Amino acid sequence: MIYRESGQFKKTYQADQAILPLRQDRIFLILVLLVAFLVIPFTASNYVMNSLLLPFLIYSLAAIGLNILVGYCGQISLGTGGFMAVGAFAAWNLAIRTDLPMPVIFVLAGLITSGAGVLFGLPALRIKGFYLAVTTLAAQFFLVWLLQRPWFNNYSASGVISAPDFHMFGWSIETVTDRYYLSLIILVVMALLAKNLVRSATGRKWMAIRDMDVAAEIIGIRPMPTKLKAFAVSSFFIGIAGVLWAFLYLGQLEADAFNIYTSFDVLFMVIIGGLGSILGCFLGAAFVVLVPIFLNIIPSALGLPLSTAMISYIEVFIFGSLIIFFLIVEPHGMARLWSIAKQKLRLWPFPY
Amino acid sequence: MVATVSDLTPREQESEVLLKVENVELRFGGVRALHDVGFEIRKGQIFSIIGPNGAGKSSMLNCINGFYHPTSGTLTYKGQPRKHMRPYVTASQGIARTFQNIALFKGMSTLDNIMTGRHLKTKASLLENAFWFGRARREELEHRRFCEEIIDFLNLQHVRKTPVGTLPYGLQKRVELGRALAAEPELLLLDEPMAGMNLEEKQDMARFILDVNDEYGTTICLIEHDIGVVMDLSDRIVVLDHGEKIGEGTPREVSNDPKVIEAYLGVQEQESA
Repeated sequence: MIYRESGQFKKTYQADQAILPLRQDRIFLILVLLVAFLVIPFTASNYVMNSLLLPFLIYSLAAIGLNILVGYCGQISLGTGGFMAVGAFAAWNLAIRTDLPMPVIFVLAGLITSGAGVLFGLPALRIKGFYLAVTTLAAQFFLVWLLQRPWFNNYSASGVISAPDFHMFGWSIETVTDRYYLSLIILVVMALLAKNLVRSATGRKWMAIRDMDVAAEIIGIRPMPTKLKAFAVSSFFIGIAGVLWAFLYLGQLEADAFNIYTSFDVLFMVIIGGLGSILGCFLGAAFVVLVPIFLNIIPSALGLPLSTAMISYIEVFIFGSLIIFFLIVEPHGMARLWSIAKQKLRLWPFPY
Repeated sequence: MVATVSDLTPREQESEVLLKVENVELRFGGVRALHDVGFEIRKGQIFSIIGPNGAGKSSMLNCINGFYHPTSGTLTYKGQPRKHMRPYVTASQGIARTFQNIALFKGMSTLDNIMTGRHLKTKASLLENAFWFGRARREELEHRRFCEEIIDFLNLQHVRKTPVGTLPYGLQKRVELGRALAAEPELLLLDEPMAGMNLEEKQDMARFILDVNDEYGTTICLIEHDIGVVMDLSDRIVVLDHGEKIGEGTPREVSNDPKVIEAYLGVQEQESA
C-alpha cells in the first residue's frame, strides 16, 4: 500500500536507469539528506556528533570502498586498516612537506593509496579466496610497520603526531560541526560516485568477474585490468576514509590506530550490511558503531552492572554470532532484509 | 573422408571460409583428446559437431575460443593463422559462445547480463562512469536500446529485472544466448544449447538459432546430442569419435555414413572361433 510503484510509468530508458526509479525512494532519500544537513547539526550534542556520527560517516566511506572490492568484484581483502593508514600518512606528509591546497592533498592521498592497493592487489591475479585474504593480511601488517618508520612521522619522538589545522575553499575546519559537514559532504559525493560506478559498465565488469570469471573472459573482459581497477578504486575510497579518520575524528596520527581490528570492523560492516550493496555499507556502519553504544547503555538502564571488560566480550560475542547468522541465513546482509521488507510493503496491509 | 568442394551447396561455395581447422591435435599428458581433426566453417553456415560422449566436441570448441591451445595443428580465422591467445582476445575478434553448464553471472539481472555482453562495445573510461558523464551516459542508453532488441527477440521481457540465478533452466539458457548475441559475434559457438530441455523449449531454441543465423547473418557452430535437431538445423555436420574425425558432410550424407552409424550404435562383433 504505502510502498507501491503502480502508476509510476517509465517512458524512457533514462528514467528506468535512474539510481532511484521509485518516487517513494527519492522522497525518502531527500528527507534523509535534509535531516543530515539541516536538522542534525543544530540538534545533536557534541558528544553524539563526535563519537557517533563522525565514526559512522567515515566508516561508511571505508565500507563503500571495501564493498567495491569484496562485494562487487569478489576479491577479499583484510588490509583495509593498512590502506587507511596509507591515506592518512600520505595526506599528513603532503600537508607538512608541500604547500598544496587541502582538496588536492585529499585527492593525492587517495591516489597514493590506490597505488598501494594495486601493488598489494597484484597477487589477486593469481590467487583467490583464502589465499588472497592471507596476502592482504600481510599488506595490513607490512603497511602499519612501514608507516612506523620515523621518516613518515617526521621524526617525532613519541610516534604520535597531531593532525594539521586546515581549511578548504576558505572554510576553516575547526568545530565539530565543521568536521561533521566536511565528512558528510565528502561521503555523499563519493557514495554517489560509487553508485554510478557500480551501475555502469565498470560495475558490471566487476560483478561479472565476481560471479563467473571464466564466462567474463569469454565475453572479452580482461581479468587483470578489471581486478586491478577494483583494487585501485576501492583503495582510493579507503584512503580518503583514512584521511578523514585521522584528521577529523582522531585529530592525531598513529599507525597503530589502523590495526587489524579496523580491517575486521570494516569487513564486518560490509558482511552485515550487505555484500554488493551501497546502501548496505551505511546500514553496516551504523550497526557496528551503534551496537557497542547500546550495549553500554542497555545493561545500566536495566540495572545490570556489567564491567567494561564484560561488555567488550559481549560485543565480540554478538558480532561473531551475527556474522555467522548473516553468512548462513542472508549472505546479502541487512540491505537484502531491507529490500525484502520493501517487497512486503508493496502489498501490506492487504496481502492477497 | 574429407569433404570436397563439390559436396557444398552453391550458396556455401560462394561464401568464404571463416574458420579453418587443420590437423589439430590436443593432448593432456598421455590423453589424446583430439587427433588430426580438420574442417572448414564457412560464413553464414550452421555447422554442427556431433559425436558420442567424450568424443572431443567440447575440447574442439575450447580450442576455437582459446581456452585450450592445440598441441599441434593450425586454426585459421578470417584468413589469419591463430596464435596462442586468451579467450578475451578471441572475443574481441568476434567469437562468442555459450556453455554446456550455464555460465551466467548469477547475481545480476537478465538485463545486466546481456548488457555485460556489450562489454567490447563500451569505451567510456572509469572516470566517465563514476561521474555518469559524456560517453558513459550516452553508451548506457545506446546499449540499453540494443539489449532491449535482444530481449524482445528472445522473449525475455518479463524477466528483464530478475536475478538470473532464480530463473528456470530454459530461460537461463536463453539469457546466455542473449548475452552472447549482445557482442554481435561473427562466429557463435553453442555448446549443447538444448541439453536438458523439453520438446517445447527445444523448438523455441531451434527457432532462435535459425533466426539468429537468418537475421543477423551470424555463423553458428553448435554441439548437440539431439540428432533430430542437428539434422534439421545444420547445413553441415562433422562427426567426431575418440578425438578423431570420422565423418563430415550434409545431414543426409552423415546419417547414411556407415562409420557414423557404427560409432553411435555400435556393430555386432563377429564372433570368430
